Amino acid sequence: MSSPVNDKTLPNAVSNLDLEAPDKPYLDSNELIINMGPQHPATHGVLRVILKLDGEKVLGTECVIGYLHRGVEKIAENRTYTMFNPYVDRMDYCAAVSNGLGYCEAVEKLMNVEAPARAQYIRVILTELNRIASHQLWLGTHALDIGAMTPLFYTFRDREEILKIFEKYCGARLTTHAFRIGGCQYETYAGFEKDVTNFLTFFAPKIDEYETLLTTNRIWLERTKNVGVISAKDAIALGVTGPVLRASGVKWDIRKALPYANYSKFDFEIPIGTNGDTYDRYLVRMMEMRQSMRIIEQAVGGIPEGPIMGKVPKVIKPPVGEIYHSIEAPKGELGYFIVSDGSTQPYRVRVRPPSFVNLQALDIMVRGALVADVVAVIGTIDIVLGEVDR
Amino acid sequence: MVEKYKSQYGSGIDALTYLGQNYLSVDRSLIPDLLRLLRDEEQFDYCVDVTAVHYPKREKQFDVLWILYSFARNERIRVKTQIADGASISSAVSIWPTANWLEREVYDMFGIKFDGHPDLKRILLPDGWKGHPLRKDYDILLQDKEWVQINLGIESGQ
Repeated sequence: MSSPVNDKTLPNAVSNLDLEAPDKPYLDSNELIINMGPQHPATHGVLRVILKLDGEKVLGTECVIGYLHRGVEKIAENRTYTMFNPYVDRMDYCAAVSNGLGYCEAVEKLMNVEAPARAQYIRVILTELNRIASHQLWLGTHALDIGAMTPLFYTFRDREEILKIFEKYCGARLTTHAFRIGGCQYETYAGFEKDVTNFLTFFAPKIDEYETLLTTNRIWLERTKNVGVISAKDAIALGVTGPVLRASGVKWDIRKALPYANYSKFDFEIPIGTNGDTYDRYLVRMMEMRQSMRIIEQAVGGIPEGPIMGKVPKVIKPPVGEIYHSIEAPKGELGYFIVSDGSTQPYRVRVRPPSFVNLQALDIMVRGALVADVVAVIGTIDIVLGEVDR
Repeated sequence: MVEKYKSQYGSGIDALTYLGQNYLSVDRSLIPDLLRLLRDEEQFDYCVDVTAVHYPKREKQFDVLWILYSFARNERIRVKTQIADGASISSAVSIWPTANWLEREVYDMFGIKFDGHPDLKRILLPDGWKGHPLRKDYDILLQDKEWVQINLGIESGQ
């Protein structure tokens, strides 16, 4: 693959929005600056977007973020490695299991230990279930933003089944804190495998049901086709990852490119799109849910016997050094950069949040589009403000 | 790859590996050029992250890091440089547009200035915020104290 961004003409996205100066081609137009958010149902949290409009046409945007900033990275410096573990669940609260997996694996790498095989399988099953739950939540709210109300009820009804499995496994539905550094805290409950298999048989027809609602729906097509288009070149230059990058045609998934946990043992495909528009991102995520089901199906049939916790000391004290470890979270590349000074507390924890970086592409995706498309594009990027602001 | 740059830049560049992860420790003066070379000639076309670490006891207090990835090579590399407090460093926005928000966050959290950044201002914290929280010498209670002193007329809210 040749490097797509060696071109000198990089996109002029995320350039500062000059609120004072009118755009030259629009000198005689009716320019308007309006605020969208921070309290707006379609911003999925507290995101403020300043829109510069000409009538209904978007000339530029500027995102104002930080409303949910809690200083997660600073908190980490004042907690032990173990104590910080539940905090990461609160970043992307729709995919808490993925956050925990990334953090635990990063610390394990820093300490040079590995979770036992049984723990790896449990981790993969729960993480993939969480990916489905995250995509379901995305689908329901995204469709609702565009005006389709039914999918919300369908996806939330089915997401409940996943949350029930989480609740039975670790007692929590949302911020699960399911994994520990070195493995898992809890052994699977009696009937775990059966519950997961039952979910798969229950869910397979449900995805088809979602697709009958949307995939060929004329209103859906009108609202999503050719809306918020981003080319592969721009996506890479802007550091966009996850389904948004794949919908632009880049076949890149960290689970395949730089495998972690035991993903290399499973057989699955990386779905990609071609146009990089909102509709393709929808299709990619739908296909990803099916692929996640494939992974879970293989994993649940092969959970080996054995311990669930590796040989990890009671007090976690990684040697002096630093590590960057990233995983494919439902929203993109979730990375942890951890610096250890040899004490029980991390010297520095940097979280590379996928939502934060992907949100930067909003500007290039909505320039020239209509105001109503901004709502569709915010939905399709799939941001969680808890993770954007940390 | 490193050999090539070593002959070009001499002692300003050092290639190291820790836990199987490669990183380059480079001199601050090489920064915009080396990053551009890594993108143009070594195909590191995806800037994963820009971040910093504060070591208050060191003479050059900050480590600034760029985490890069190459789709063609399927390889990740970190570039690391040290700068002193108050010094600035070249922005990478013209190389990777994604660095825009990432550099703003580093500025917000550490107060490190990036030369040539199109719009360097706080991103997560409000504009009027004092101090840069991820510095090790940041006083968390300072903001709180000041606010209660001005608004409530008491010495401390704690």
